[in-house]
Amino acid sequence: MIELKDVSKTFTLHNQNSAVIEVINDVSLSVAKGECVALTGASGAGKSTLMRMIYGNYMTQAGEILIGNVDLVQAEPRDIIALRRDVLGYVSQFLRVVPRVPTLDVVAEPLRSVGVSSAEAEARAKELLSQLNIPERLWSLSPTTFSGGEQQRVNIARGFAHAYPAMLLDEPTASLDAANREVVLSLIEQAKVRGAAIIGIFHDEAARDRVCDREIDVSRFTPVAA
Amino acid sequence: MTPLLSVNGITKTYGTHIGCADVSFDLYPGEVMGIVGESGSGKSTLLNCMAGHLVPDAGEVVFDTRADGPKDTVTMSEPERRMLSRTDWAFVHQHARDGLRMGVSAGGNVGERLMAVGERNYGDIRDKATDWLERVEISSDRVDDRPTTFSGGMQQRLQIARNLVTGPRLVFMDEPTGGLDVSVQARLLDLLRGLVRDMGLSAIIVTHDLAVVRLLADRLMVMKSGRVVEAGLTDQVLDDPQHVYSQLLVSSVLQV
Repeated sequence: MIELKDVSKTFTLHNQNSAVIEVINDVSLSVAKGECVALTGASGAGKSTLMRMIYGNYMTQAGEILIGNVDLVQAEPRDIIALRRDVLGYVSQFLRVVPRVPTLDVVAEPLRSVGVSSAEAEARAKELLSQLNIPERLWSLSPTTFSGGEQQRVNIARGFAHAYPAMLLDEPTASLDAANREVVLSLIEQAKVRGAAIIGIFHDEAARDRVCDREIDVSRFTPVAA
Repeated sequence: MTPLLSVNGITKTYGTHIGCADVSFDLYPGEVMGIVGESGSGKSTLLNCMAGHLVPDAGEVVFDTRADGPKDTVTMSEPERRMLSRTDWAFVHQHARDGLRMGVSAGGNVGERLMAVGERNYGDIRDKATDWLERVEISSDRVDDRPTTFSGGMQQRLQIARNLVTGPRLVFMDEPTGGLDVSVQARLLDLLRGLVRDMGLSAIIVTHDLAVVRLLADRLMVMKSGRVVEAGLTDQVLDDPQHVYSQLLVSSVLQV
């Protein structure tokens, strides 16, 4: 479902003496349906960079990134937009929303945009918000004023609203208490059962051992200083 | 799929000075594209060339018309272009007073667009106008007030209602949130995003506010000295800019 072939990435900082930083070199990996793969490696090894490349958020200089049959490296913006709407989900560490939009709408939006009726989308959003222990009195408020942990749970609810066939999870259990961590892990397990291909970054080792089938150490793709 | 708007090699010069040079892109139905760049980079010139307010020196602006399919709006007849700008196009000016008739009531401002496309029943026009005022969060008891009595944010929302009442397919926006304070901006952004999603609008938004494009635009073009220096997915251009000028632009934003 997710396949990377000889993928490389460099950053060129034109305004800082045109410094060229090689971040990732020649990555090849593949993730099958129903499989969860963890990216590991020390901080700065390029885990998040690689994940952002797979989402099309960072430009990839060489290689192919195939999600289903779309190559993200070559795809037009509108193909990537369609891919992100229908196929590829991403739970980042930060919630980014239009101010003033109620939490319930924030969570239901991914479903509405794939054509699910408002009523059905809201029902699913409510179900996820209650599972993740967001009190009902907050649903009609914008999440911009919520605490960090609450924002993260809203972000997870939003990320799991639509049943994406491929998912990227950036530290989904960070800063969650035990009960909510358990909910997130079971959401991940359910996603695997329905056949989602998942790539995740987990600093929480117990969580990683429980949901991930394999680990890939990203530091082996980090170029050696020339 | 046929692009809704296909811009090919648009060039406009003011004497020896370049307004915009050789700009080309395709916009598909439902897409929102942002154009950013510093003052004088040619954003507004480009927008005005596309919307038929300026005649470009070269290039074509092909719009997928309802009746005849793709047609170059630069070479089409004046009445034809005027009809397009009343029906399928909308233009939201930075200064609401450029897009409103300040001596006419709020309801009249919205109703006028409807009359321009042939609506004649007073009751229907008033109902539609009131409905649209409510959609942009202007209370219906202000329908008979003139926009001169409205705040800047309300004038901007009224301008949006006036523009969208005829159900256009493409909206041009020139700094729609410029000059408004941030709480009003947030409200307007929320409104615009809802309208774009619910009506399936395509939009081209010129702004120098990168936060606005991040929230509203799917795609982004960065302009510098009249030329497009970088184009792509909005979050990709903002998070991993490739061109020297885009990098400067993104790194110059003050963190709040």
